[in-house]
Order: sequence, then structure tokens, then C-alpha cells
Amino acid sequence: MGASPERIVVVGASLAGLRAVEAARKAGFGGPVTLIGAEDHLPYDRPPLSKAYLDEGDPVTPWFRTADHLTGELGIDLRLGTPASALDTASRTVVVGRDEIPYDVAVIATGARPRTLPGADGLAGVHTLRTLDDARAVRAALDAGARTVVVGAGFIGSEVASGARKRGLPVTVVEAMPTPLVRAVGEAMGQRCAALHRANGTDLRCGVGVAGFEGDGRVERVRLSDGTAVEADLVVVGVGAQPATGWLAGSGVTLDDGVVCDATLATGGPGVYAAGDVARWHNPLFDRPMRLEHWTSAAEQGAAAVRNALDPSAARPYETVPYFWSDWYDTRIQFVGVPTADEVVVVEDGSGAAGGRQVALYREGDRLVGALTVNGQSVIMKYRGLIMRRTSWADALDFARARREA
Amino acid sequence: MEIIVDRAKCTSLGICESLAPDVFEVDDNGELVLKAATVPDGLRDDVEAAIAGCPTEALRLRD
Repeated sequence: MGASPERIVVVGASLAGLRAVEAARKAGFGGPVTLIGAEDHLPYDRPPLSKAYLDEGDPVTPWFRTADHLTGELGIDLRLGTPASALDTASRTVVVGRDEIPYDVAVIATGARPRTLPGADGLAGVHTLRTLDDARAVRAALDAGARTVVVGAGFIGSEVASGARKRGLPVTVVEAMPTPLVRAVGEAMGQRCAALHRANGTDLRCGVGVAGFEGDGRVERVRLSDGTAVEADLVVVGVGAQPATGWLAGSGVTLDDGVVCDATLATGGPGVYAAGDVARWHNPLFDRPMRLEHWTSAAEQGAAAVRNALDPSAARPYETVPYFWSDWYDTRIQFVGVPTADEVVVVEDGSGAAGGRQVALYREGDRLVGALTVNGQSVIMKYRGLIMRRTSWADALDFARARREA
Repeated sequence: MEIIVDRAKCTSLGICESLAPDVFEVDDNGELVLKAATVPDGLRDDVEAAIAGCPTEALRLRD
């Protein structure tokens, strides 16, 4: 690109996309900025949808910004309600409905789509939980006192189970793996997280799949692979998500479980960057490609992608220690780093006491690469700092010992 | 510049602490503690990153 960019198009109006358009203005970019969103809604925050938004009482919709702020103050051209259907890196245009919008810089931030299960089509009461509309439907069912079945004991499903139990409703969680969250946090800590469900009256069934749904227009029961069935008015399917890249077929952008980017979030297509759940970029801190579905990285990548796109000669690699949190019942679970470890060591075990802190550290080679805490809000970020500074395993264990004895 | 925490919004997720550990710390009760009332010399960028990084938008600066 010879001249400085004149037009920015951001595809995807959730957190990463919002942060991208905000960063463009913050960087002093005064030209046209278009923000394209598939949903009718203004940008909103997703983590609360499976947490506070499900609580009893009047829900607070977690809007990020008002329309006035986005269109008036920031001067963003908002295109909501229709997804982008194509990107052409040769003509440098994005197709939305019947329009072709030209760009010099494009940021792909289309996020991920929840996986669904076969056999639920046309059956009311079966939902995924990713969008505001999903959350409204799940909330309405809980308000009506639904008997709830959650498929998948991952973070979203576990938060829904927590929300239902908070209301005193019966909840069954069906998990196909013998231990929940094995891929996210490993075996030992997956077991400990599972114990939280059981301690709070959730019927957790592991190693069991869904054989089918039954009901006349509306779900009435879930048949399981072990031959049993569970009555249900509400089924929430939380079995992971896939990057939303279908619209990029033939665009010239490289796809491999996400949009493939270098360390600066550049895709290789001229002026095309990616951010958020859809981006698979090279994280220098761990020297490997990663695709994260986390709040923090989506926010940071949105801003970083635009900054790098506006000034490629000064582009900075984006490196991060992945971080996510999840609220189950009265317990906060936090994870920093990566869970693919050679060894996991539990360095604090307060699992016997209500509200007790648990801390597990993850080793790869001779380095600390991950930490998980349960009720460990005062230590988790100290471990994030250690991982960021590439701290050795031995030093991490010393740190843990000192914390324990403090 | 004074650092302001909106306690009604803060949920102690700790991202601020990881970005500016000399300024923010979550204590054993899960409360955010300010280790400095104003932005310390040389830490303006870190504090701004913490403000931008807060998922609940609980932090801001006041002249």
C-alpha cells in the first residue's frame, strides 16, 4: 500500500470489531470507517449473557455504546442486521447485501458460531447461548421455571447451570467426556471443577452423550446414550464454537480453523487483518499459532490490528498470556496461559473448605506456562505476570511456596 | 492524574493488576486495592492499558 489508507471496513460488530473502530479514531484516523454487524443489535458484551443476565429480576442488557456515540461522536458508518457475504482481496471490497464497500484496510472480526446438535431443528426450547437473542430466550425459559438440561460441561454450560440453580431450578448437565473441561484445564482440575456442580445440587452426568431430543414442537425430554432420558423444558447446548469463516471462501485469505495471521495479525491479503475469536495468529510469547475465544484477547487484538494496519512499517507483534474467567455458583474460576502441559501440580488445595482457594500450575519443559485458580483472585494475576516474564518452573514453584507460607 | 475506581462496576477480574501491578492489586477478599492514588511517574501507558483492558469499564482518570 503506497499512500496512507483512506477507508477502513471492520467486519463483525462485537468486542473485537468495536475496539477496532475505536482504535482507528484514537489513532487519529479521520476517514470513513464502516462497522458491519450480522445482528440487528448495537454492539454488546457477551460474558454477562451467561452470568448476571440470567439472574432473577430485571435484566440489564450489556450494551457497550449508544448509537449516538458510535455514529455521532465517532462518526462510524454502522451497517447492522446483515452479515458480510464476501471479501474480495483483489478488488478490495466487502460485500454486504447488495452493496460492495471498498476498503484500504479491512479487519475481519466475525467471531465464532456455536456448534449445534443434530435432531433439534424445529424444536422449541433448544438453544445455544452466544447472542443477546439466545440469552433472552434462555432467560425467558428460566423465568418460566424450566427444568433445564445443559449439554456440555464447559464454561458456558456450567454458567447456565449455575444460573438455573441460583433460581432453585432442577438442572442436569450432560458431558460426553469422562471429565469436564479436560482440554481447557486438564484432568485434575477438571475433576475439581466438576465437584462444584455436585456440591451445588446440579446433576452432572459425565461420559454420556445425547442420543436425541423428544417433544411435540417443543422439547420435552432428552434421550441419552446410556439409555436413560431426562425431562426438560429448556435445553442449552454448550459444545464449543467454530470460527465464522464461511463467508471468506474464495477470498484469498488463508483459512485453517480460523483466519491465519502472522504475529502482527496481518492475514497476507493486502490491508487485511483479523482479530478476536476468528483469528489464528502467531503468539510470540508461546511461539505457536493460537486461536482464542477470550474477552481480553478479542479486545486487545481489535485495537492492535487497526494500529498495525494503519502503520504497517511500525507494526508490533501481538503477544499475550491468554486469560479467561468463569463464575460458577459463588466461585470464580480463572485461568492464565495454556493448558497443554507436561505436568500439572496443585500448589494450593483448599477444596475441603467452602470458598477455599485452589491453585494449579502448568509446566511445559522447564517453564511455567499456565495457572488455574479457584477463588484465587489475589494470586492469579501474579502468575500471569510470571508467565509473561517467561519464568522458569523452579522459580514458579518457589513463588507458590512463598505465597502459601505468607 | 487521579485514578478512579467505580466500585459498583468493578468485579475484581484483575486484568488491571496484570497490566500495571505497581498500581492495582486484588486482595485476598477479592477487592481491588489501589497502590497509588495518582498515576506514578513513568506508568502512564500501563495505567491507560489497564483502563482500556477493564472488561467492566470500572476505571478512569480524573485531572
